[in-house]
Amino acid sequence: MGLGLLASRALRSSRIIRNSTRTIVSTPELKNADAAAAAAAADAPSDLPKRNPVGGARVHIPNPDDVIEVFVDGYPVKIPKGMTVLQACEIAGVDIPRFCYHSRLSIAGNCRMCLVEVEKSPKPVASCAMPALPGMKIKTDTPIAKKAREGVMEFLLMNHPLDCPICDQGGECDLQDQSMAFGSDRGRFTEMKRSVVDKNLGPLVKTVMTRCIQCTRCVRFASEVAGVEDLGMLGRGSGEEIGTYVEKLMTSELSGNVIDICPVGALTSKPFAFKARNWELKGTESIDVTDAVGSNIRIDSRGPEVMRVVPRLNEDINEEWISDKTRFFYDGLKRQRLNDPMIRGADGRFQAVSWRDALAIVAEVMHQIKPEEIVGVAGKLSDAESMMALKDLLNKMGSNNIFCEGNGMRPNADLRSGYIMNTSISGLEKADAFLLVGTQPRVEAAMVNARIRKTVKATNAKVGYVGPAADFNYDHEHLGTDPQTLVEIAKGSHPFSSALKNAKNPVIIVGAGVFDRDDKDAVFAAVDTIAKNNNVVRPDWNGLNVLLLNAAQAAALDLGLVPESDKCIDSAKFVYLMGADDVNLDKLPDDAFVVYQGHHGDRGVYRANVILPASAFTEKEGIYENTEGCAQITLPAVPTVGDARDDWKIVRALSEVAGVGLPYDSLGAIRSRIKTVAPNLLEVDERQPATFSTSLRPEVSQKVSATPFTPAVENFYMTDAITRASKIMAQCSALLKK
Amino acid sequence: MFGRLAAQRLNEIRTAIRRTTQASRSFSTALNYHIDTPDNKPDLPWEFNNANKEKVKEILSFYPSNYKQSAVIPLLDLAQQQNGGWLPVSAMNAVAKVIEVAPIRVYEVATFYTMFNRTKVGKYHLLVCGTTPCMIRGSRGIEEAILKHLGVKRNEVTKDGLFSVGEMECMGCCVNAPMMTVADYSNGSEGYAYNYYEDLTPKKAVEIVEAFRKGEKPPRGTQNPGRVNCGPEGGNTTLLGEPKAPPCRDLDAAE
Repeated sequence: MGLGLLASRALRSSRIIRNSTRTIVSTPELKNADAAAAAAAADAPSDLPKRNPVGGARVHIPNPDDVIEVFVDGYPVKIPKGMTVLQACEIAGVDIPRFCYHSRLSIAGNCRMCLVEVEKSPKPVASCAMPALPGMKIKTDTPIAKKAREGVMEFLLMNHPLDCPICDQGGECDLQDQSMAFGSDRGRFTEMKRSVVDKNLGPLVKTVMTRCIQCTRCVRFASEVAGVEDLGMLGRGSGEEIGTYVEKLMTSELSGNVIDICPVGALTSKPFAFKARNWELKGTESIDVTDAVGSNIRIDSRGPEVMRVVPRLNEDINEEWISDKTRFFYDGLKRQRLNDPMIRGADGRFQAVSWRDALAIVAEVMHQIKPEEIVGVAGKLSDAESMMALKDLLNKMGSNNIFCEGNGMRPNADLRSGYIMNTSISGLEKADAFLLVGTQPRVEAAMVNARIRKTVKATNAKVGYVGPAADFNYDHEHLGTDPQTLVEIAKGSHPFSSALKNAKNPVIIVGAGVFDRDDKDAVFAAVDTIAKNNNVVRPDWNGLNVLLLNAAQAAALDLGLVPESDKCIDSAKFVYLMGADDVNLDKLPDDAFVVYQGHHGDRGVYRANVILPASAFTEKEGIYENTEGCAQITLPAVPTVGDARDDWKIVRALSEVAGVGLPYDSLGAIRSRIKTVAPNLLEVDERQPATFSTSLRPEVSQKVSATPFTPAVENFYMTDAITRASKIMAQCSALLKK
Repeated sequence: MFGRLAAQRLNEIRTAIRRTTQASRSFSTALNYHIDTPDNKPDLPWEFNNANKEKVKEILSFYPSNYKQSAVIPLLDLAQQQNGGWLPVSAMNAVAKVIEVAPIRVYEVATFYTMFNRTKVGKYHLLVCGTTPCMIRGSRGIEEAILKHLGVKRNEVTKDGLFSVGEMECMGCCVNAPMMTVADYSNGSEGYAYNYYEDLTPKKAVEIVEAFRKGEKPPRGTQNPGRVNCGPEGGNTTLLGEPKAPPCRDLDAAE
């Protein structure tokens, strides 16, 4: 249609209905905003009903002198100085529509959706970028504010495609919701919409850039939180678009979070694309077990299938981010699953058998073997209940050789402060100097790394790192590769020791990879000396931390999973692997009988004689303790596969068949058993601080060796049986190797 | 069979629609994303030459050492002059290295400003003003004449690499409309010139282009021999006498 034709049509129509010119506002009183505002002001309500802050927003007033009072729609609100108008409205219980504003990112103020009316201000103001001033009278519900929002919404929708029916964001789209709530019921735009070339951001994030509304949240997230300056705003005016300019994948371990922060369907999950609609999904609040952080997640499932994993807000652990591994490993739950008990026949092939037969054989073999030759190994993903049951079973059989993989063969479970993160993850934000010993937080615990990065950005904290060459996304000083550097720092002869000495809240983080070293006691002794010399452990501050690698580690040490002999594997005749795939079985005698209880046909299965199928963490309720010593509970989101059973139930059944029945038959009963061993595991979501500091450690005569530290995690994306079975993780690691 | 026919028809409709809509989107140069070509790849080496390295130092000295990124626009301009009028991606990377920011922050600036050319231009980049006053005075005809004379399309470089023609917005020269700007990159950043040619006619514009081809530097400014700068043709008609002193109240009388 030509422009001339359009123009003539417009003219003709206006001639016919001259008195009622077509207007965009949907309600009649909005047509004359000023008059309506005056009318509204005249009959203001005298007694106002109570309102609650949006999303449970709380006001934290650090200094009582800095309190100001503003009025939101007539409600007086007390807020600390420096808050924005938008935050004041949230506390007053008014939800202001917004696209570009995100509480964890810097303020951009470019979407203009949060316009409100402020008395004595000639124009509506962008509330996200306007600091609240004392006595400000903010009006969020006036015709002027409504008209402003409608106008902004019309501009936002101008170039936005009408493809909601085929958009993955549909149903959880900010633009969809807000155009329903604040937009107009008609549009005036008759020209062609623009289109933008889609970008390739890698195997995780799908882009449909035509849907982008240029809020720049992803750009700010990438540079401020993830620490990869890859995304940018290119071009200008109507040609403006988000992109990387050069073909570049988003190489961040947090890239999946841009899917959550994108208010429209421009950035969506590639593995989840066209798989399900969000209203079909059942959400189960659970805990991530792929690393020791214990990120809070919601497992979205449809029927028996886990469809996706999204983060849950937990300010103390993962804020509202999760790592890519946590978000995208879920397809591993559908592959390589063990669904039947199996026995390896004489020909070396596995044969499916019934539970009764499998348990009978295991029990029989167990009784034929000397108690000291029985060894139990708990895997990375074991929950506290099953580890407790396994330990009780082996103890009843007369063996005390049980350990959890990752803790090394000589773990020290006596001092809890020696293996947990005493500062707590959120406590890291108070630190002003970091010493990282043999740990690469970026691959070992991405969320802890995000916290360290946040601190470094906010306070310019100094970071010293001892370990193999590693990738950091913040400024750091590589002090050395072997423990000799630690001795130098302990002596005070190293240049970095002055940085630690001058710090108010120094933090030392030792990686759990150190547990596997022969000179681990000497390394910890050196670290203790550094801590003592630099006042790292004080009554009001404990900066001495161990960063664990696996979800099971902390609970295993709390429950006392310590082998009697560090050479127990070498002489073992019966090994019970409970999901343990990464334990070194090279020295295991060839005639040893190996039982593998787990959910994936992974490394542990290669050597197994009997397989007992167990359920994965998404299919059972279990207590996991994270690296800071905080116990959290997973909940079953989907039914388990085949004939698999919960880990602790299998162990309980085996004890019955073996004639050494364990005295608990329910989760409640096994938890009361745990209560007698490690009561802190039952205080869910609470941090039980370790009471004694590591100064109680005995003197060590061992000398540190010159062997350099080795990376504890080779491949961020593949660390356990589930992630190794995942196709998406395989794609990511293929890119990593490039 | 029918499927193919339908697809063909659909394609025809699509191209027909695209032609009408794309015409309104004519940016000065290139796309907002980079496509590797033999002469424009991130791994090609690019460095400021020795003379310009001194200039880089001078430009950086204008800004506090912790705000080096403020120098991004002058440095991009310098790089563009050195590189014959356009910025390959490797030149932008070089600028990013100098000001110590991520390359994307430089790409953002370079794509925002239309006077940074991210595709090749001719040694003489001719920019015809397309804003209303010039348009009314015939800038369309001038552009058409130059394009026809050079045998290229807008934003295309002639085969000999000498000329390219683009459009630009108002240069504040409306009194002498129509006008065009010639960015002269024939002698690197030393001989760089950016001159206005005003009061053009299609014939005059072609003559200027031919003069450049011969290596001459035609005089800048108005091309109307009857005018001096932006004065009226045939001499001034108003304000001929001595200007009067500004009116002022009688200070003596006030006392």
